[in-house]
Amino acid sequence: MIVTLAVTVGVLYAVGTYLLLQRTLTRIVLGLGLLTHGANLLLLAAGGRSGRAPLVGGGDGAVSDPLPQALALTAIVIAFGVSALLLTLGYRSWQLRHDDDVEDDVEDRRIARAAELGDDIVTVEGDIVTVEGDEL
Amino acid sequence: MSARFLLPVPVVLPLIGAALCLVVHRRPAVQRALAVGIVGGVLAASVALLVLVESEGPVATDIGGWAAPIGITLVGDLFAAIMLVISVAMVFAVLLYAIASPSADDSTFFHPVYLILAAGVGASFLTGDLFNLFVAFEIMLTASYVLITLGGSRAQVRTAMTYIVISLVASTLFVTAVGLLYAATGTVNMADLADKVAELPSGLRSALGLLLLVVFGIKAAIFPLFFWLPDSYPTAPSPVTAIFAGLLTKVGVYAIIRTQTLLFPSDGPATLLLVVAGATMVVGVLGAIAQDDVKRILSFHIVSQIGYMIMGLGLYTVAGLAGAVLYIVHHIVVKTTLFLVSGLIEYTRGTAALQRLGGMARSAPLIAALFLLPALSLAGIPPLSGFVAKLALVQAGVGVGSWAIVTVSLAVSALTLFSMIKIWNGVFWGPTPEEEGEAGPVGAEPLGTAGAGAVALAVRHDAAVAHRRAPVGMWAPVAGLVVLSLVIAGASGPIYHLAERAAAGLLDPSTYVEEVLDR
Repeated sequence: MIVTLAVTVGVLYAVGTYLLLQRTLTRIVLGLGLLTHGANLLLLAAGGRSGRAPLVGGGDGAVSDPLPQALALTAIVIAFGVSALLLTLGYRSWQLRHDDDVEDDVEDRRIARAAELGDDIVTVEGDIVTVEGDEL
Repeated sequence: MSARFLLPVPVVLPLIGAALCLVVHRRPAVQRALAVGIVGGVLAASVALLVLVESEGPVATDIGGWAAPIGITLVGDLFAAIMLVISVAMVFAVLLYAIASPSADDSTFFHPVYLILAAGVGASFLTGDLFNLFVAFEIMLTASYVLITLGGSRAQVRTAMTYIVISLVASTLFVTAVGLLYAATGTVNMADLADKVAELPSGLRSALGLLLLVVFGIKAAIFPLFFWLPDSYPTAPSPVTAIFAGLLTKVGVYAIIRTQTLLFPSDGPATLLLVVAGATMVVGVLGAIAQDDVKRILSFHIVSQIGYMIMGLGLYTVAGLAGAVLYIVHHIVVKTTLFLVSGLIEYTRGTAALQRLGGMARSAPLIAALFLLPALSLAGIPPLSGFVAKLALVQAGVGVGSWAIVTVSLAVSALTLFSMIKIWNGVFWGPTPEEEGEAGPVGAEPLGTAGAGAVALAVRHDAAVAHRRAPVGMWAPVAGLVVLSLVIAGASGPIYHLAERAAAGLLDPSTYVEEVLDR
């Protein structure tokens, strides 16, 4: 059982990481979701062997460790909230630009522009790229 | 003992305040008064906590009545108390600035979210439990996600996306690290971990130590994990950037210092940390030199300065850690001030781009003075606070014979001064944009004539629109912070002594562990 869990965690991390490296925002959100699932399962696996009785009242004999379950529960709630926020941002990004690709950062755009022009007098302010005084 | 009852205050009070702020969301004036009152109360509680911890040693309390290794523990030692006081002071000053500056707190959500951020920062400093540290980080970061996107503009959405995704990856790694630590030791209480991690095989220990270093390294923006910071900070409104720059990365540094000293103590200078520190300093300052926007320059300087703090930790002596503590205190104040000043520049002239600014030393001498002191302090010019902090670090470095890092840190100081002078020349000296416009292409020689004319016209137009006087409420908190940084420089003797005791407590955590486990 613990091997199955370990393999599942590994696969979730791998797929999550792969999706995270994509440029589309929805895939990134899905990737993060899978990653957090993997982490939560890892927490659960940290609690020891599965199949033990839950901790209820005094309980005698082997009971499952309740602490990792509490930790996983907290982590799930946090991941839920943050995923909702990310989806909202993704929607906002779609409203503003009608696609959900992650844009290059200012520095990247400046360097790319400078390389194209063979010149380094390029400034970027907000979303406006300026070359030698001409607004592009 | 009353210090025990003070411990939950910096966490609980802002949360209650946030809820109340939401209740009165229709009345901005009440909201503002409430926020100021709450943060003022937290500040008073933090100072009281520092005084008590200073005289009576570390205090701990269990939340919910479960005893230490299982329940949630809050611990206040000297290091945490110092960090708490200086951070809450910044939260207070930036709050006043935000209230006075138009449009910063227009949204009804600004004050509640800002208070939640304060609660998260307080919880990060005071928690004695690794998983709870994760929760505290999430409280703080989720609030920061909202603050950085409050405007909802295109640039904000773009940069916030990077910031949030990077932070979430770090958080997932954090959960992973906690899970692995729990699997290996069966506890997440930091004091308990201190004993149990020491018994682990050394390979496992270094793997876990490295994983936590990466997690907090992303939050603290150390080399090579800093890339998200210079892009995401400058787009937020000035007060938000200021509080992020002052506090968030330093919470990461705090977590690095706490976990590396408590869980993974080293027995001599830690080469990996020193290499990382040197690289962080150099890369950060070189990045800053290449920029031409005040906020972006300052953002790269955050990265560079983090290197100094890691250097103090890497030396792993009382002197080194004391230097790091002193440096963090100095840096939080000075960096927050500089970002608030860049907000003042932006407010009066409508831009923070160096090419469109100039002559402010004459047109706004007050802002020039408010910039000059912290800028020189950042570069480490005596007798300002940055000099004292760097001196402490350099002395500690010489003390253990780590000449390489000492040389790097001094060279980076010179480069820091260079880029501060660049801001000074671009913003405060030289002709104002209006004069440049009248003088025609003379002030803008490298440009083609036609282009220069267009720029001059455009600039003159900009300048005519944006030349406002900052209200008293905006510059008074900044002036207060400048005075605070001068006080830190003036009282550097006693503060260094305090930092030394905090550092001794970090290197020998036995009283900390005792207070948590055998109370």
